Amino acid sequence: MEQLKGKAIFGQVAIGKLFFYSKEKQQVTRKKVEDTDAEIKVYEEAKEKAIEELSALYDKALKEVGEVNAQIFEVHQMMLEDEDYNDSVHNLITSQNVNADYAVAVTGDNFSKMFAEMEDEYFKARSVDVKDISERVIRILNGGMDMANLEEPVIVIAEDLAPSETVQLDKEKLLGFVTELGSSNSHTAILARTMNIPALIGIKGDASWNGKTGIIDGANGTLIVDPDEETLEEYKKRLLEEEKQRKLLEQLKGKDSVTTGGKHIKLYANIGNVSDLASVISGGAQGIGLFRSEFLYLESDDFPTEEAQFAKYKQVAETMGDKKVIIRTLDIGADKQVDYFNLPKEDNPAMGYRAIRICLKQQDIFKTQLRALFRASAFGNIAIMYPMIISVDEVLKIKEIAEEVKEELKAEGIPFGEVEQGIMIETPAAAMISDLLAPHVDFFSVGTNDLTQYTLAIDRQNAKLDDIYDAHHEAILRLIGMVIDNAHKNGIWAGICGELGADTTLTKRLVDMGIDELSVSPSMLLRVKKAIRES
Amino acid sequence: MKQFNYVITDEVGIHARPAGNLSKLCKGFASKVTIEANGKSAEATKLMAVMQLGAKKDTEITVTVEGDDEENAANEVEAFLKENL
Repeated sequence: MEQLKGKAIFGQVAIGKLFFYSKEKQQVTRKKVEDTDAEIKVYEEAKEKAIEELSALYDKALKEVGEVNAQIFEVHQMMLEDEDYNDSVHNLITSQNVNADYAVAVTGDNFSKMFAEMEDEYFKARSVDVKDISERVIRILNGGMDMANLEEPVIVIAEDLAPSETVQLDKEKLLGFVTELGSSNSHTAILARTMNIPALIGIKGDASWNGKTGIIDGANGTLIVDPDEETLEEYKKRLLEEEKQRKLLEQLKGKDSVTTGGKHIKLYANIGNVSDLASVISGGAQGIGLFRSEFLYLESDDFPTEEAQFAKYKQVAETMGDKKVIIRTLDIGADKQVDYFNLPKEDNPAMGYRAIRICLKQQDIFKTQLRALFRASAFGNIAIMYPMIISVDEVLKIKEIAEEVKEELKAEGIPFGEVEQGIMIETPAAAMISDLLAPHVDFFSVGTNDLTQYTLAIDRQNAKLDDIYDAHHEAILRLIGMVIDNAHKNGIWAGICGELGADTTLTKRLVDMGIDELSVSPSMLLRVKKAIRES
Repeated sequence: MKQFNYVITDEVGIHARPAGNLSKLCKGFASKVTIEANGKSAEATKLMAVMQLGAKKDTEITVTVEGDDEENAANEVEAFLKENL
């Protein structure tokens, strides 16, 4: 049994098999093998398993991303069955008495070099495919599992997970995750909270943990590897206890989120994908206060088309019926990077070319999204929210573009509904001039994560600063108070969609300040409802 | 022995997927199918070797079929090339 201390992201318990995810090439060492026939059998079995995996990936991709994108997995299967490749592996094992993974590594290197030396770009690029199939077989030979194709629920251990990697994860098979890097405010952390998944950061993983049993204790930020019988029993009891608590909260379902003073607070949910809708509905949210549209861009290999976006927005609008769905326009940049945007690396991306700044410069991207959003508004109660605003000028420009889009749709005879348009208050500038912004918009939603990082001058990706990142800082609370007052003076509503909205130690204070709406992770809905009812 | 020439019309050339399908097709024949291009030759059943011919658009390839079912095999390979490459 081994105990490691980290920082908890989501304070609950998870018990399960550990899965070590490594981006680096796997280490292969040459070993002498006596029984070469047996070693060839080991290779053949691993190869069969790799082909099975690829075939499953092909089916999955076919359903999710279509035939063209799925083809690569079929090609990989064919390459693994290539005679020359297999002859080379067999030969190395028998003639040099080496282990199967070493033979595969050498063969993979040789074949990938042959392709890399070719002139034509297409054929050159196939060297990556050869490496890929070889690494798949080596991983299987070393007893590893496939991240995108997990067979059983696991706790994922990784150095770090990029948002583009977390979207690949099969959420059904994810019990929890433990990363070495990342701060408690990174997007991976937010994802953990959204998905209701216990997670720890600041723990360095070890490949030898693969397949061992592990426990995440989210209450005190501990990871226990290979627990003894007694510890395991204790945590199993804790899991049952948490389950019981959850059931108690369930009783609040269907009850109003109304304060002791009789004020109704709109309790909405934050989501990042269509697949989160089930948890919104089961959590009893009155609407969606923040639907991050980035997933459409992160999941795709190229700019998502108007039709593709429209289909998703429509699905959400229809699923939520007459309940409000606030969709935030593209918030790419900073720690959320997408290859095909071709954004140059910046020294200070949090203050760089991101979100609405991209949309106002590359208006074709923005217009495509707005067209999809307005079209979807005919099928439900959609509102649009714009991120990273710093000036009235930006808001006026945005509204002008939105008007153009509406005119175009009208001219084309395409229906759209009434759409509320609001802005996120996540820069100190926007908070300070909220009196000037309010006349031009329908609502304010405070993004407390960015507002905190900009106000306190603390990079939320910098784990070293986690201890002074004080979300309860008086400066933040005063800014929020100012935003609420300016909203009410202009007859619009103000809410919070940042992490602070789910902080139940602050609910009473926010209610006293006059907050109209709180939008929180689906997993926090009932807990926040409880806090509102006690305020 | 049967032999014929064919000029590649596919934009990318003999790329992975058709090369894989060609290899599957040729594994079903008793005859040996060889493809020559750019001064190199490869057995059609060997996907990676065929790709390494580097046969791009407008490359002329020579296909040689030798064996018991060469007549039928040559016809099928030619039909495959016309349809896919």
